[in-house]
Amino acid sequence: MPKVVTDVTCPFCGTLCDDLEITVSDDNKKILSVKNACAIGAEKFNHTKEPGRVTHPRMRQPDGTFKEISYDEAIDFTARMLVKSRKTLMYGWASTSCQAMSIGHEIAEKVGGIVDNCATVCHGSSLIAIQDVGIPSCTLGEIKNRADRVIFWGCNPAHAHPRHMSRYSIFPRGFFTVKGHKGRKIYCVDCRHTDTARVADTFIQVQQGYDYELLNAFRTAARGGPLPDEIGGVPKEKVYEVVEELKTGRFGVIFFGMGLTHTLGRNHNIDIAISFTRDMNEFTKFNIIAMRGHWNVTGSGQVLSWQYGFPYAVDLSRLDKARYQTGETTSVDLLTRNEVEACFYIATDPGAHFPIAAMISSSKKPTVTIDPHINCTTEISDVHIPVAMVGVETGGCAYRMDNVPIETRKVVDPPEGLLTDEEVLTRILNRVNQLMEEA
Amino acid sequence: MSEFLIKNGYVYDPSQGINGERHDIAVKDGKIVESASSGATVIDAKDKAVMAGALEIHAHIAGPKVNVGRWYRPEDKLFHSYKRGESTRIEGGFSIPTVFKTGYEYARMGYTFAMEAAMPPLYARHVHEEIHDTPIIDEAALPVIGNNWFMMEYIKNNEIENNAAYVAWLLRQTKGYGIKIVNPGGTEAWAWGLNCLTIHDPVPYFDITPAEIITGLIQTNEFLGLPHSVHIHQNSLGLPGNYTVTLDTLKLAEGHTAKNRFGRKQVMHSTHLQFHSYGGDNWGNFESKAREVMDYVNRQENITIDTGNVTLDETTTMTADGPFEHHLHGLNHLKWANVDVELETAAGVVPYIYSPNIKVCGIQWAIGLELALFSKDPMRTFITTDHPNAGPFTRYPRIVTWLMSKKARDDQIKAFKYSDKVVDATEVASIDRELTLYEIAAMTRAGPAAALGLSQNYGGLAPGMNADIAIYNFNDETTDPAAIEKAYGNVAFLFKDGKICVRDGVIVDPGMKHTFWVDVKVKENKQVMHDVREKFLKYYSVNEGNYLVPESYAPHQHVIALDATQ
Ligand code: SF4
Ligand SMILES: [Zn+2]
Repeated sequence: MPKVVTDVTCPFCGTLCDDLEITVSDDNKKILSVKNACAIGAEKFNHTKEPGRVTHPRMRQPDGTFKEISYDEAIDFTARMLVKSRKTLMYGWASTSCQAMSIGHEIAEKVGGIVDNCATVCHGSSLIAIQDVGIPSCTLGEIKNRADRVIFWGCNPAHAHPRHMSRYSIFPRGFFTVKGHKGRKIYCVDCRHTDTARVADTFIQVQQGYDYELLNAFRTAARGGPLPDEIGGVPKEKVYEVVEELKTGRFGVIFFGMGLTHTLGRNHNIDIAISFTRDMNEFTKFNIIAMRGHWNVTGSGQVLSWQYGFPYAVDLSRLDKARYQTGETTSVDLLTRNEVEACFYIATDPGAHFPIAAMISSSKKPTVTIDPHINCTTEISDVHIPVAMVGVETGGCAYRMDNVPIETRKVVDPPEGLLTDEEVLTRILNRVNQLMEEA
Repeated sequence: MSEFLIKNGYVYDPSQGINGERHDIAVKDGKIVESASSGATVIDAKDKAVMAGALEIHAHIAGPKVNVGRWYRPEDKLFHSYKRGESTRIEGGFSIPTVFKTGYEYARMGYTFAMEAAMPPLYARHVHEEIHDTPIIDEAALPVIGNNWFMMEYIKNNEIENNAAYVAWLLRQTKGYGIKIVNPGGTEAWAWGLNCLTIHDPVPYFDITPAEIITGLIQTNEFLGLPHSVHIHQNSLGLPGNYTVTLDTLKLAEGHTAKNRFGRKQVMHSTHLQFHSYGGDNWGNFESKAREVMDYVNRQENITIDTGNVTLDETTTMTADGPFEHHLHGLNHLKWANVDVELETAAGVVPYIYSPNIKVCGIQWAIGLELALFSKDPMRTFITTDHPNAGPFTRYPRIVTWLMSKKARDDQIKAFKYSDKVVDATEVASIDRELTLYEIAAMTRAGPAAALGLSQNYGGLAPGMNADIAIYNFNDETTDPAAIEKAYGNVAFLFKDGKICVRDGVIVDPGMKHTFWVDVKVKENKQVMHDVREKFLKYYSVNEGNYLVPESYAPHQHVIALDATQ
């Protein structure tokens, strides 16, 4: 009899929907159907069915081909690489559990690694802004229950976080929002007319690179100050009108994404968006939330913070204290300046996301990648260690974009013989300890 | 397990009335025993003070707002990293230390237990993840319930039994220890940008007052017979003139008696009272009302308090009192973080500098000390800094020094930029009292243990009790303030569960920490379970099935099981 696993958390995006229902075969080996997930979320579960899954560690040969090796060999290679290297970039972590991260950090403390996560090329600028000006925020349930003014700025949940709008931000009816969508005014600010803009009541097309100016105009308008006729292509009348509407709301929220974090101004864009939010609290209730991408990139920031006090780019290479300096201890900078001796990647694909110069530098260093699948990064690695998919074939804690922790579940068995991240990391840690004792 | 004999020390144990007499203490298999065999390792405690491990009754050391404080203040790490020891993890941070540093620092001061004072239920898993990673010390966490929608609805309808069933369910879900109330009603109002500043301000929409919430929760607590009483952070925290609200709140305890099997006598623990003992009506005529407040507390046997001592440091304030943090940000304009939590609570974070050059900070410093010095019953008055709100817990050695030495206080008063104004607005300069080690032991060991319902096994040194023991390089003869501070900050020995974890201020063993939580059995309650189901379906953003914190998150859990079905 196939069985249904309920309350399953989707390990794909930062929305971290936890209402999935997955039907699995009675031998626990096959996913038969996925209910409630969006297309990209369902795809992640259905991926397990595809043939050609790597089930053994692989080592690159001089001729460029890969040869299967045992876990023991792979773990020994990794441990030796880590012990030898004085500075290892240990990057990724966004698609694994907090428990696995914790073990990884212990390894990093031993061998002098630099632990960095995807925020480094994503919401790192948001984190910097928050370190400068703080952040008034709330959980996503607050939006559902109270928000009547919702702004999407430089983000496109229709594609990147597909169920965000139906679960939290546009459509749901909550305690004080019984009219659902009808009771909310939705705004979208973007340089393109996105699919999210289509659902908005008001679309504000800002000229590319003018987000800072426009947010500045919002702040000025909120304080009743004068504006030039046009700001980043938006007429001042529009700005006054929108800000007035926001003020008459009972509870407003700004969701923002890469359109703010990675365009001209970067952390300054977030800084002023937060400052505008703070100002609005003089008139009504207002909050702001970052649309975090990978399902557990937030968790990596949390674990790093409670263990070392910094949310990403944590340099433990001094062995006795943690350091953090954006531009200095951040992955891309370390790689492009050739400052690390080895690379250890886990649960993310920098090969697909980092600038080419950084990956060229990386490809010249001893590299181990731990990932369930073959990806751009595994192909430039010396060793690829395949593992069970976290959130599908093994569980563990994850943090949603609003920092709410939710458990991911194991719904099916991993392919025979495949270890989990936690198991592989524990074995690496043990081997590192052994090697260091011997030395 | 090993056996120890601690010889020749001066023992301070108010739970047995032992005041500085020489006693040998024997330890076997993690417990204190009557006598040791000849094979026991002898620890020479000559000239040293021997006390039970201390219990922290109120600190913010684990969870979402603490972690915001950590990561949004990289500057807090500057100059505050320890060189790493042999068997320890990397340590960092000053006002909001990392989990590793938190455990080690408590242990170095002789603490073996700490209560995380505000756990937002929706974030309970996060709180427990941090507790899990904090070495050596035992911990527990109080879920914040004073603005919870279920609770407000039950209490409004006078359904104490339903509220009790809900609280029992919540404690099990969150692996929580008791009932924490923060700015009752005011934090819910804050979700609309409003507040409740007196105990009679109605909560928007919910049509209930803070006074009704507090009374209802006291009844709920005693209905369940929890080991701890309600633990309250009152309305109007931090505002000039708030002592009247404080007295109004404390009076709500009148007529209630503690019902429990743990020997706990109080029905209300009023926390960080320093922030609630303010006179004047603006920052210009701001003054101490510690005497008025303590006169009342001294008379009321069923109240306990902790001080919330200002340590005169740069620190990071954080509280579930969302509107207060917004107000504070308006005063100092430093970076403001806030999180409102659906159906439950909120939290704010703002850095703060308690400068000896600012009159108000000097007065706050004085008020905290006055509370302890005016106390007639050290068993009901506990020392805290409401870490990190009035200062980091790592300043306990300095606070103890101020309390034990008039000279240390006078030196500090002299060092204030506005000494005269501080002296005018307070009574601290005219107080001669110097607390004894026996009184300090009551305020940090026996007292908090009793208030938490843990006095059977913790906070004392009687045979049969847990072998959590701190040995300090000082005694009642020690008068030099610097010597007191140094000794209290670096235990000669710390035994945790009968094992030596700290030696001469150096961590030598990671210990085996326990997470304490309370599991109450109540009568099956269909109504409450129906309400839970409905609220999760309609209003929460997570599924009911994912709310529970599994027991695997509570390392070596110490479950206090209760039966409230009779
Ligand atoms: S919105 Fe994100 S978390 Fe939710 S089902 Fe889709 S991919 Fe998964
Ligand atoms: Zn507190």
